[in-house]
Amino acid sequence: MLLEIDRVEKSYATGDGMLPVLRGVSLGLEAGRSLALTGESGSGKSTLLHLAAGLDAPDAGAIRVHGRDIAGLGDTARAALRRDTIGLVFQQFNLIPSLDAGANLAFQARLAGRHDAALVRDLAGRLGLADFLRRYPEQLSGGQQQRVAIGRALAARPALVLADEPTGNLDEATGDAVLDLMLALVAEQGAGLLLVTHSPRLAARCDARAVLRAGRVA
Amino acid sequence: MRRAALAALLSHWRARPLQLAMLVVGLALATALWSGVQAINAEARASYAEAAATLGQDRLARLVPADAAHIDEADFVALRRAGWRVAPVLEGRMRLGGERVTVMGIDPLTAPPQAGLAALTEGDGLAGFTTPPGRGFAAPETAAELAAADLEIAPARGIAPGIVIVDIGIAQTLLDAPGRLSHLQVHPDQPAARADLAAVAPHLEQRPPDDAGELARLTDSFHLNLTAFGFLSFAVGLFIVHSAVGLAFEQRRPVFRTLRALGLPGRSLMVLLVAELAALALLAGALGVALGYGVAAVLMPGVAATLGGLYGAEVAGSVVLRPEWWLSGLAIALGGTLAAAARDLWRTARLPVLAAARPRAWALISERRLALQLGAAVVLALVAVVLARVGGGLIAGFTMLGALLLAAALALPVLLYAVLRAAQALARGPVAQWFWADTRQQLPGLSLALMALLLALAANIGVGTMVSSFRLTFTGWLDQRLAAELYVTARSDAEAEAIRDWLAPRTEAVLPIWYVEGELAGRPGRVYSVADHGTYRDHWPLIDAGDAPWERVAAGEGVLVNEQLARAAGLWSGDGRLDLPGGPELPVVGVYSDYGNPQPQAMLGLDSFTRHYPDAPQRQHGVRAPPGAVPDLAAGLRDRFDLPAPNVTDQAEAKRISLAVFERTFTVTRALNVLTLGVAGVALLASLVTLSGMRLAQLAPVWAAGLGRARLARLELWRALALAGFTALAALPVGLVLAWVLLAVINVEAFGWRLPMHVFPADWVRLGALALVTGALAAAAPALRLARIAPAQLVKVFAHER
Amino acid sequence: MNARLAALALLAAAPVHAQGFAGMGGDAEGFRLPERGAELRFPEDHGPHPEYRIEWWYLTANLEDGEGTEYGVQWTLFRAALAPGAAEGWASPQVWIGHAGLTSPDTHHAAERMARDGTGQAGVTAAPFAAWIDEWHMTGAAPDGADALDALELAAGAEAFGYRLSVEADGPLIFHGDDGYSVKSDSGVASYYYSQPHYRAEGVLRLPGGEVAVEGVAWLDREWSSQPLEGDQSGWDWFSLHLEGGVRLMAAQVREGAATDFVAGTWIEDDTATPLTREDLALTPLETATVAGRDVPVRWRIELPARDLDITTEPVNPDSWMEMFVPYWEGPVRASGSHTGRGFMELTGYE
Repeated sequence: MLLEIDRVEKSYATGDGMLPVLRGVSLGLEAGRSLALTGESGSGKSTLLHLAAGLDAPDAGAIRVHGRDIAGLGDTARAALRRDTIGLVFQQFNLIPSLDAGANLAFQARLAGRHDAALVRDLAGRLGLADFLRRYPEQLSGGQQQRVAIGRALAARPALVLADEPTGNLDEATGDAVLDLMLALVAEQGAGLLLVTHSPRLAARCDARAVLRAGRVA
Repeated sequence: MRRAALAALLSHWRARPLQLAMLVVGLALATALWSGVQAINAEARASYAEAAATLGQDRLARLVPADAAHIDEADFVALRRAGWRVAPVLEGRMRLGGERVTVMGIDPLTAPPQAGLAALTEGDGLAGFTTPPGRGFAAPETAAELAAADLEIAPARGIAPGIVIVDIGIAQTLLDAPGRLSHLQVHPDQPAARADLAAVAPHLEQRPPDDAGELARLTDSFHLNLTAFGFLSFAVGLFIVHSAVGLAFEQRRPVFRTLRALGLPGRSLMVLLVAELAALALLAGALGVALGYGVAAVLMPGVAATLGGLYGAEVAGSVVLRPEWWLSGLAIALGGTLAAAARDLWRTARLPVLAAARPRAWALISERRLALQLGAAVVLALVAVVLARVGGGLIAGFTMLGALLLAAALALPVLLYAVLRAAQALARGPVAQWFWADTRQQLPGLSLALMALLLALAANIGVGTMVSSFRLTFTGWLDQRLAAELYVTARSDAEAEAIRDWLAPRTEAVLPIWYVEGELAGRPGRVYSVADHGTYRDHWPLIDAGDAPWERVAAGEGVLVNEQLARAAGLWSGDGRLDLPGGPELPVVGVYSDYGNPQPQAMLGLDSFTRHYPDAPQRQHGVRAPPGAVPDLAAGLRDRFDLPAPNVTDQAEAKRISLAVFERTFTVTRALNVLTLGVAGVALLASLVTLSGMRLAQLAPVWAAGLGRARLARLELWRALALAGFTALAALPVGLVLAWVLLAVINVEAFGWRLPMHVFPADWVRLGALALVTGALAAAAPALRLARIAPAQLVKVFAHER
Repeated sequence: MNARLAALALLAAAPVHAQGFAGMGGDAEGFRLPERGAELRFPEDHGPHPEYRIEWWYLTANLEDGEGTEYGVQWTLFRAALAPGAAEGWASPQVWIGHAGLTSPDTHHAAERMARDGTGQAGVTAAPFAAWIDEWHMTGAAPDGADALDALELAAGAEAFGYRLSVEADGPLIFHGDDGYSVKSDSGVASYYYSQPHYRAEGVLRLPGGEVAVEGVAWLDREWSSQPLEGDQSGWDWFSLHLEGGVRLMAAQVREGAATDFVAGTWIEDDTATPLTREDLALTPLETATVAGRDVPVRWRIELPARDLDITTEPVNPDSWMEMFVPYWEGPVRASGSHTGRGFMELTGYE
C-alpha cells in the first residue's frame, strides 16, 4: 500500500478550546491510483492531506507511506519525506517568488537529487510553459502558476502526489485543462494521487472517492 | 463613520503589537538621541549665556587695551573723572584649593547692576567682600568644589560655574597683578558731558556688547559636531519609522480599499491617517524626550569635562528640562514621522478604490528604480566633491559629509543587488541559488535598515579612525613637546626667581615658560617665551619652518606660531608677519602643531619677550634634569618652597593630564557612535521582525518542497549575516572617506589643526564582527520564531481551510 | 543736619551695604566720637575725617532764571567708613557716595555715584580745597588768606541734566550747637556741624530743554560723626532758609514715634548764630502729597515766637523725590507769613 491512513485524529487549539478536526479517519491509496477526498468546508479534508504530506503530525493514529509510519517522524525526517517521496500542489502560493518559473520547476527535483533536465524540458513543453520559464511567479497568470506547481511536483518523480484544490483559484475551463494534465502525468509516472476537492465533478474523474463529514469518513 | 473607520484602521496595530512597538521604539530612540544632544547643547549654551552675563559682556560695551595685555588702574580713575561711567574688571585663571578657576575681580560700587552681584547682599556684605582677605562668590557647585581653598567662598546663584567673583582689590592680590585691570565695563547710561576716549585713554578701545560670547564662538564647532551626530542618529531612526510606516500602509491597503468602497471619503481617510500618525509620533516623541533626558544626564558630565578641558568653558554637569529642547524633540518626532510617511500618504491619497488589494511589499526590486537611485547617489557624490573643492567653513564641511553619506546610503542597495546577483550566478545547488535569489528579493524590504546600518558603521569607522589617528599623533606629539622632565609653577615672580636660583646648580637647564595674553590676528591668544636651548631645537615639532628658525627666534628676528594661528590667518614661514600685541611685527619663521588648544599662540625668543613684556608674570618653568633625579628634585622643590602639589608636575603627570583631557574630548562622540550603531541594529531588527510575518508566504513553498524549519531558520540567520557583512564591507570605504573629511576638513575648520590619517585594520575587523553580531542579534528572534513555528501556521499559507 | 545722617544711616541699613554701615545706631566700634569743647581747625577740618564713621559736604542752592522761574540744586558728597582709617588702594575701608539734584517747578532730576576710596576716583582734600567723585566736583576758588570755602566752583550731571555753579560767601562760617558740637538726641548723641550759609550763587543749568543761566543763594553744610542715630528715631524733617533781611534759619526735628520729637535749630543774623531748642521752635506739617507712592508732608508751619516768626513753607515742586539707593525728599521751598524767603527742605524716613 502506498499510503495508509489508520484511525487518525487531529485537533487544533482555538480561542474556545480544542477543536477536533479529524476523529479517527482511515483511508488507503495504492500506487498508480487516484483518490478524491471530498467534503464540506471544515470537514477536515485539507488537514488530512497535510498530515499525509508530513507537513504536520497527527495527535493519534498512524500514517504509513510505503508501509513506514511517518506520524512519529521528526521535522527533518518529515522534510526529507516531502522532498523525496511526495509532490505537493496547493490552491495558491505554491511557488517560490524569488525564483523564476524554470528554477521553480526544477527546484524540488534538484533538492531531491533527482534532477532530470530532459524530463523538466518535457514537462515544461507538455504544460505549455516553454515560453515562460524566465518569468517570475508574480508575472504569471493563475493558470500558469498552477501548471508550474504541477510541473514542479512531478519533476521530482514523487511516489505520491498530494493536491489540495489545485484548480480552486482557476476558472472552470482552465481548471479542467490543468486537472487533465495532472491526471495524465500522474498516471504516466505510476504515482498515486490524493486529490482534495469540494467539487463532485472533479472528484468523479478520480478512480475512487472518499467523503469526509465532521472529521470522519462518511 | 469616522469612528468606525478609525477603529478599523487601529485594529491593524492591535493585531500586530510588535510592529507597533517597533515603530514606537524606533521613533523614540531617534528622538532620544536627537533631544539628548539638544539637551546637552542647550545646557552648555545656558552656561555660556550665564558666563557671558556674569562678565556683563552680553549687554555691556567694554573698554579693552588696544595693544597691551592689561589696563592700568590709573586709566580707570582718569576715565571716571572725565565722565565715563566705567567699572573695572580683572580676570585671570588660577588654582584655588586645587581647582583651576577664573577669578573675576569687580568693584561692587561701580559695577553696573548685573547677574551674580545680588549675592553680595548676603553675609556681612561690602566689608567682608572688600576687606582682605575678602570673600569670593561662586556658583553652588563651584563653591562646593573649592571648599579646600584658602579664600572663603560663598555659594551664590546667577554666577556661571568655574567663576569666582571677588573684590577687585582681592583679585589683584590673588592674581598678583597690583594696579592692573583686564578691561572696563561701560555702563549703559552715560553722562552727556563726557570727554572723548581718545583724549583720556587713547590706548584703549571700545568693544560693543558681545551677545554670543567668546565661549559660544569657541565651542561652536564642538556643538555642531554633536548636533551633526544627533542628526545622524535621528536620520538612522527615521529609516526605522519609514519602513515601519511603509509596512503598515502596505498591509492596510485592503482595509483602505474596503473603507473607501464602503463610502469613506478619501479626505477623511487621510485625516484619520495623519491623526493616527501624529498621535503615534507624539507618544513616541514623549518617550524619546524622556529617554533623551537620560542620555543627556549620562553624557553631560563628560561633555562638561570636555568643554572645560578643551576650551576652559565651565558648564554645569547636570541637565535641566528646558522647553527649547524637549519641544524641539517633540517637533522633530512629529515632523520626522510625517516626512517618513509622506510618500505613503501621497500614494494612499491617490489610491484608486478598485486598486489591487493584495500587498505588494514583495514586488521584485525594479532595476529602473535602482538605476534612479544610483543616479541620485552619483549626483550627491559629485555635490560632495564640489563642496570639498570650493566650499569653506564648518557648515560646508558638514553639508559635504551629509551629501557623501546620503550618496553612499543610496548606492548601497544597488551595490548589494549587484553582489547578490553575482553570488546567485555563481551558486551551485538549488538551496544556494534560492538563498541568494531570496536574499536579493529581501532588499526592498531591508534596504532602509541596511542603509541605516551602513551609516552607523561608516560613522563608526570614520570617527574611530579620526580619534585613533588623533590619539597616535597626539601621543607622539606629547612625547616631543613635553621634553622637560619637570614643570614648576611659582606663586609669585619673587618666588619664581628664588626657585630658579635654587634649581640652577641642581639641574641641566631651567627653561622659562612665560606668557602674556593678548590679541593675535584678531582673536584672544597667548604669546609665549621660548628659551634658546637644545631642548626646543631637538624636540619641538615644527610642521613648517624657514631657515634656522630657532636661531632667528632666539635672536628676536622672528616668531613661531601655532598651526591654528597659521591656518586661521594664513601666516606661514616665508612671507607671514605677525603683529604681536603691544609689541613689534615680526616675520613668522616656523609653525608648530599645538593640539588640544583652540586658541592662537605665538612663541617669541626669551630676550625679546622680556624686553617687550617686562610686566609678564615669570612663574612657569620647564626643568631639564636626569630622569633619575626628578623625584628628589620635585620633593625638594615642594619642601623648600612649600609649593602645592599641582605646582610641581613631572613629565609623566603632565602627559597623563594631557591625555586625560584628550580622551574626554571624544568620549561623547564615541558614546553617540555606539548609540547610533545600536539604533541601526534596532532598525534591522524592526525590519526583520515586521517582515517575518509576510515571509511565510515565501518560505512555505520551500518548506513544503522539503526544507525543514530549522534549516530555513539557519538560512534566515545566514541571510542577515550576509547582508550585514556586505554592508560592513561597503561601509569601510565610506568610513575611510568620512575619516578623511573629518581629519582634513572638519577638524581644520573646527579646531584649526590638520592631522595625518592613520588606518587601523584591527579596528575594522572588530567593527566588522560587531556588524555581524548586530545582524545576527537582529535576525535571531525572527529566526528562532521560524524554527519553532507551528506547521499549521505555514500550511495556512496554502489554504485557509483545514 | 541730622536729616542727612538719617539718609546715610538708611543707606547703611540697605541690603547691598548691609553690615558695612551696620552698627550705626550702636556703639562706635573703634571710631572716634565728637567731644564737646574741641576746637575746629581750618583748613584741616574742611577735609575728611576717616577716623569718624560718616561725613558729608552738602551744598544746596536756590536759584532763579531771568524770567523768575525757581530752581533748586543739590551737590552732596558722603563719606562712609567700613572701618576707621584710610589707606592707599582698594584696601581703604572708606566709601564715597555722591548725590546730585536739580529741581524746577515741573521736573526733578537726581543722580547718584559711588566710589571706593584709595584710588583717586573720589575724595576730598582740605588745601587746596577740592571734593570730587568721578567728574562731579566742588573745588575751592577762594583767594589766599580767605577761608577755603569762601568761594567754590561746582559741577555735576548725568544723562538728562547737569549744572555748573560758582558760589561766593559774603559772611563767615556758622557753627551749630555748642561751637560746632551739635547734639542730636536727648541722650546726647552728637556730631560736629558747621555751615557756610552766606553764598551768592550763579551758573548754568543744563536741562532737557537747553541751558539756563541762573543766580541765587546757596548753603553748605559740613558734618561728621560716628554715632548719629538713636534706635527709635524714625526720620527727620530739616529746613535751611534764607529769610528777608539777611536772616538765615536752620530748623529740624527728629521724629521719635509718639513721644516728643527732638527739635533743634540755629538762628543766624548779623553773622551770629544762636542755637534753638524745643522750647523755642515748633515745626508742624500742614499738608501731605503723594510722592513716589508715599504720603510726604510737603507744607509746613514753622513757629519761633521769640523772634516773632510764624511762616508756612511750600515746595517749589512737591515731587522732589530723590530716588537714590536710600530714597528721600529734598528740594527747594518758598516761605511766607511773618517772614518771606526761600530755602531747602529735606524729609527722610517716610516709608
